[in-house]
Amino acid sequence: MATSNIHTHHDAHAHDTHEEHEHHHGNFWTTYIFSEDHKVIAKQFLITGIFWALLGGTLSVIFRLQLGFPDMSLEWLRPVLGGWITAQGKLDPEFYLALVTMHGTIMVFFVLTAGLSGTFSNFLIPLQIGARDMASGFMNMLSYWFFFVSSVLMFISLFLSTGPAAGGWTIYPPLSALPQAIKGSGTGMTLWLVAMAIFIASSLLGSINYISTVINMRTRGMSFTRLPLTIWAFFFTAIIGILSFPVLFAAALLLIFDRSFGTSFYLSDIYIGGEALAHDGGSPVLFQHLFWFLGHPEVYIVLLPALGLSSEIIATNSRKPIFGYKAMIGSMLFIAILSFIVWAHHMFVTGMNPFLGSIFMLLTLIIAVPSAVKIFNYVTTLWKGNLRFTPAMLFSIGLVSFFLTGGITGIFLGNSAVDIQLHDTYFVVAHFHLVMGSASFFGMMAGVYHWFPKMFGRMMNATLGYIHFWLTFVGVYLVFFPMHYIGIKGFPRRYYTWTNFDFAQGFTDLNMLVSIAAILTLASQFIFLFNFFYSMFRGKLAPANPWDATTLEWTTPRNPGHGNWPGEIPHVYRWPYDYSKPGAKEDFIPQHIPYSETPESNFPHENDLIKLETSNGEGAIVVEDKH
Amino acid sequence: MMSLIIFIGVVLVLVILFLIFRVSNLVGIAKGKEEEKGGTWNKVNAALFVVFSVAGLIWFFWYSFAHFDEYTLPIASEHGKRTDTLFWVTMWITVVAFVIISLVMFAFIFQYQYDPKRKAKFFPDNHYLELTWTIIPAIVLSVLIFTGLRAWNDITAPASKDAEVIEVIGQQFAWTCRYPGVKDNELGKVNYKLIDNVGNEFGLDLADKKTFDDFKSLELHLPVGKEVLLKIRAKDVLHSVFLPHFRVKMDAVPGMPTHFKFKVTKTTQQMRDETGNPNFNYELACTEICGQGHFSMRMPVVVEEEEAYERWKASQETWLKQNPDYLKQVPANLREAAMIKAGLEKDPGTSVAAVNE
Repeated sequence: MATSNIHTHHDAHAHDTHEEHEHHHGNFWTTYIFSEDHKVIAKQFLITGIFWALLGGTLSVIFRLQLGFPDMSLEWLRPVLGGWITAQGKLDPEFYLALVTMHGTIMVFFVLTAGLSGTFSNFLIPLQIGARDMASGFMNMLSYWFFFVSSVLMFISLFLSTGPAAGGWTIYPPLSALPQAIKGSGTGMTLWLVAMAIFIASSLLGSINYISTVINMRTRGMSFTRLPLTIWAFFFTAIIGILSFPVLFAAALLLIFDRSFGTSFYLSDIYIGGEALAHDGGSPVLFQHLFWFLGHPEVYIVLLPALGLSSEIIATNSRKPIFGYKAMIGSMLFIAILSFIVWAHHMFVTGMNPFLGSIFMLLTLIIAVPSAVKIFNYVTTLWKGNLRFTPAMLFSIGLVSFFLTGGITGIFLGNSAVDIQLHDTYFVVAHFHLVMGSASFFGMMAGVYHWFPKMFGRMMNATLGYIHFWLTFVGVYLVFFPMHYIGIKGFPRRYYTWTNFDFAQGFTDLNMLVSIAAILTLASQFIFLFNFFYSMFRGKLAPANPWDATTLEWTTPRNPGHGNWPGEIPHVYRWPYDYSKPGAKEDFIPQHIPYSETPESNFPHENDLIKLETSNGEGAIVVEDKH
Repeated sequence: MMSLIIFIGVVLVLVILFLIFRVSNLVGIAKGKEEEKGGTWNKVNAALFVVFSVAGLIWFFWYSFAHFDEYTLPIASEHGKRTDTLFWVTMWITVVAFVIISLVMFAFIFQYQYDPKRKAKFFPDNHYLELTWTIIPAIVLSVLIFTGLRAWNDITAPASKDAEVIEVIGQQFAWTCRYPGVKDNELGKVNYKLIDNVGNEFGLDLADKKTFDDFKSLELHLPVGKEVLLKIRAKDVLHSVFLPHFRVKMDAVPGMPTHFKFKVTKTTQQMRDETGNPNFNYELACTEICGQGHFSMRMPVVVEEEEAYERWKASQETWLKQNPDYLKQVPANLREAAMIKAGLEKDPGTSVAAVNE
């Protein structure tokens, strides 16, 4: 925790006088393992998330080998997969489903929910609102360790002899309820459910913390309308999480009852394995309603933080205020609300009442409006900017591109009449991998590149970042764009092979291209991994504010200690997007600079605010936070 | 041995890459050149975005037009024409939007790349612009919503009384059809508790006389030009009926029968002539993950002219005739009628009318 390379005079001074107060010296365990410091917890989430992302990506490459090269012998995977490679050197069809299931579960929950929100909500909320830490450091620590336990259980399930859960990441019963229907619904499914229950507890602990921190612990002057869009995004995300995750918990609990205690919430009229089951009166469609009541908001739990991160990064690197700050907040709020009333668009052809289908279609297509507003605002932010293509900026632009490409296909799928044909085909796979998977992943990458200097006090290598971006950006498009064609043709998803069907012939070339692109994309992530770990120890020392950004985290020392700011917490006098203000000396004015210091660039209404600054500003510093 | 060589090769390549990385790093430091904001890489990235967007769009349009026949399936149902029209209308609208936004975005990216001499425009908001791009998408979407809603309501409207009713049953990992039979043209009652693995795979309730002439088929036969109502159920887990050429999809749910009505417009033969593929067959696939054999749940589909279809139906043996052992389960007072209806006994003519009352 030593702050050995301080560059600015201010920081060096702070270092001398406040170190005793700010550094609570703990041992290795309390500092790095059971830490209550939000920054350490954020890094724990990040590292765990990276581990899961690699695993999830590897699983997808294994099943892409099967889909792209159906004739290839996978004998060479036997040392790893053992009995899951059949005597003919093929992937076991049931294990194929297990791979698909675990890929989805891992990516959606463990990488893009915990890895993304867990990392950046934890890291940025206190730093950007000007707080010493989260509202409850202890709960925050619990949140990570619940996630850790959940991760361990999910990981163990991969090694069961009956395999992990294999009924799709949506675990629809009866398939997920009946071990006689698929092996993965035995112990693998039990572990899945227990792991997810613990995961939900972790997510709730985190969300409660994020919300209370944002509401209660903003520094003086940091009104809600001066919050960076990142914080708004994390705030909405946490609210969505609190309202929707308990419903998944209920769904999982009832499924556990059905599986283990003979209840019939989801089961009815089942004849399997030579016997008619006693379960009667349940409805599999009930589970789908409960699942998607979480499942759809979950899409925005994954996406909103990424949009928040990229808003911040695009504004900073365009050297321009984000266009339509309030419209951006409004559209996120609108998306957050709508996300709760569109869930049944996943269920147009499940036998649900068609009238319900028409309502959900209407509500679903409305969500395209705030999404379109966001895209237009991003593009307008670029207009007449002064664009610096840092790796973070590249990934943010990539996000906007994916959000556009993938969002547009949502207009097809949200239309129930069109969805009849497209449902559960590769068109859907292309859609959500672009709009939710890749966009969020790119948001996460952008965040890592942008805030790495604050996390580890060193810079990542930019050139490797550019190479990583271009390989990944092109790779992702090569993986998911061709899937649209495959989907229009009607290829169903979760198929081990399409050879049984005449209508699903052809496209061996495209499928091969997709698989090769997937392998290369995964391989290029190792460039990132190298850059990440190498720069952590050997990267160039980071200046205090490497991106000339306005937000508060860049006013901390290079390696902020426990408590974040050595002295008082800075006060906030202006919104976070004063980039390239007319008349200003530099092309950015940080949030903690009072209007009284920038008379040359103030707008008339801002000059009026100067009085307020002096009337309570100076006095407040004395009162503020002496401990 | 081979894998050892590959391993050593990979390690060597990685070591070389690392050395290049180190050397370039050190050279950079030796030159003492700080990575400048808006240096060479900034120009390269800006240019690469343009190359990417232009090449991507060209590939997209070329592939979409050149391979159109490869990625589209011929349509053979009435509502399918409608949903496909909707699909292509949506496609044109969104592609136009997509191309415009992409080009504008990548043009901005190129045009406004960093220049230390320039200052960005302070442009935090503009209500007219924001209103414009809220209202225009809203209008376009309303049009799509209302055309979509009308199509959806028509597709899901109740089937007409004289629709041809056929039951499709999903189970791990096969489809079976049950036809209502030519005598009464009504499906008999079923109960999943009566299912056994010797013969009564439908769980037919033989106390119901409508079951007597029901027959089973492992092919889905459909008449052309007549409304068909598929009654769909599942025995074990979720399945989903997917008839790609008819643009039909509906889940099969244990405990909750579902249905889908549609009208086929082309016979198998017509389709063979049209596509020039003498082996063309319609197919039914499963599109809801249902276990290990999910990918193999195929049922052939045959579409014929109505007369041929009726002839085929008349030629099928009833289920009861194929499984005469189950006559025991028919209540004694119905047994004779059952024998006649199932085709186990010749129709004496007059007595049938009495039974049918």
